[in-house]
Amino acid sequence: MAEIRNYTLNFGPQHPAAHGVLRLVLEMDGEVIQRADPHVGLLHRATEKLAEYKPYNQSIPYMDRLDYVSMMCNEHGYVLALERLLGIEAPLRAQYIRVMFDEITRILNHLMWLGTHALDVGAMTVFLYCFREREDLMDMYEAVSGARMHAAYYRPGGLYRDLPEQMPQYATNKYKSAKDVKRQNENRQGSLLDFIENFISRFPGYVDEYETLLTDNRIWKQRTVGIGVVSPERAMQLSFTGPMLRGSGIEWDLRKKQPYEVYERMDFDIPVGTNGDCYDRYLVRVEEMRQSTRIIKQCVDWLRQNPGSVMLDDHKLAPPKRETMKHDMESLIHHFKLFTEGYNLPVGEAYAAIEHPKGEFGIYLVSDGANKPYRLKIRAPGFPHLAAMDEMAKGHMLADVVAIIGTMDIVFGEIDR
Amino acid sequence: MSNFSRRFKSLFLSELRTGLGVTLRHFFKRKVTQRYPEEKTPLSPRFRGLHALRRYPNGEERCIACKLCEVVCPALAITIESEQRADGSRRTTRYDIDLTKCIFCGYCEESCPVDSIVETHIFEYHGEQRGDLLMTKEKLLAIGDKYEAEIALARQEDANYR
Repeated sequence: MAEIRNYTLNFGPQHPAAHGVLRLVLEMDGEVIQRADPHVGLLHRATEKLAEYKPYNQSIPYMDRLDYVSMMCNEHGYVLALERLLGIEAPLRAQYIRVMFDEITRILNHLMWLGTHALDVGAMTVFLYCFREREDLMDMYEAVSGARMHAAYYRPGGLYRDLPEQMPQYATNKYKSAKDVKRQNENRQGSLLDFIENFISRFPGYVDEYETLLTDNRIWKQRTVGIGVVSPERAMQLSFTGPMLRGSGIEWDLRKKQPYEVYERMDFDIPVGTNGDCYDRYLVRVEEMRQSTRIIKQCVDWLRQNPGSVMLDDHKLAPPKRETMKHDMESLIHHFKLFTEGYNLPVGEAYAAIEHPKGEFGIYLVSDGANKPYRLKIRAPGFPHLAAMDEMAKGHMLADVVAIIGTMDIVFGEIDR
Repeated sequence: MSNFSRRFKSLFLSELRTGLGVTLRHFFKRKVTQRYPEEKTPLSPRFRGLHALRRYPNGEERCIACKLCEVVCPALAITIESEQRADGSRRTTRYDIDLTKCIFCGYCEESCPVDSIVETHIFEYHGEQRGDLLMTKEKLLAIGDKYEAEIALARQEDANYR
């Protein structure tokens, strides 16, 4: 009889379920995975090295492009590291806006994750519904920053601009009558805060919709329950963070355990799973979306009551107002100095970590006193998760690999950096 | 839930039926689709699209070749050369933006002290050759001349925040 050998299967990088450019070399015994070997680096853009050659502010747009589905959270980690080393703190209003947009980003990320995960596993509808809601969230992004995705909105010492008082409106066209357009513009009549409040009042209903489609669905359960089980001990040893760790039953959330910005003033709960399988991680993330709406609601209420500045009044760090810059010599000098040379950080090192939608996103910054970092290290949450691929996939069927990739919430922008 | 009712529900696919109910409801709901080329989504005045160079109302170009945008550009997409003009004022002889490099961060607009380089609301541009995406001073000024009204309006709407 012929000798039976394991079959090696190349999964990706062009596979639509590979979430970007993941290349997996799978060693199969029939349809059972013996070994899963993820290959990374196809999206490497040398962000860390590029940052060493740019003044601090110019690296902010590059942070957006790390995890390109949760843009502002990446910026937040970087900006927080700069602020730690500079020894400054953003004004309170800026901190609230940051927290609010971090949570909007979390919903954006989780919607993207839910849609693609469900699509990989076979549920097309959820994908379409998720993208419907993402459109509103993208409009919020665009209203504050001018870009739907790569915002470059957070700055050390605050934010680029305050929240706008008006939302852009839909215009009439050959398909829609004035009445239709009026209905479309109904929730856009007030300020951005009204628009956000309107959205979060509707959003829990949408989450219910997704849950009706998935949570009890027998196909969904067959594909996720008991797949990719990680025990709490093992999850800690593998340095899991975020929903991956909470899905295994460990209550760890940097927003509660090491509060940054104004998270200690917020009232919210940490959802925790029990079994550590794909289904529990799904439940954790869905509940996180609900908790995020709670936080956003609290931020909106506070921001309504407390207008004010969103940027420090220190022109060594923040450019002066355009109005003053145009007719005040000193402001013009500050303006030129800031945009050409930037600012110097004191010698030292700082680590700032935030609860990114995917886990702990950390920036480790070493400064030698110049206007650019000596070394910048990005701790991407997706990397340790992907490293556990072999352990999670071993013994499962080929089709379960897709569910496991989905549950890890992998984005290659941050893994390859 | 009792064992009986669970089996009953399982047998008659009740959770699949409720799920299908959701999709059925949406079948009759008003659609949210925008039929794109004719219908457009609204753009905020802060939108960062294609670049343009502006002029003063008297026709003089704004850019004074201070090169702040060149130095602040994180992607090094801008190249400027300047010369003194016959009337003694400093103006650019070359102002190139390589759109294949540009990351649309908006820093050039933020840094410009005379509001010359701006990022407009235009996002539907294309190039058929690589060189078409290399914007020169003439092309940028032409865009600025064509869309000056919209550019000025957007800047005015956002003036309080900048």
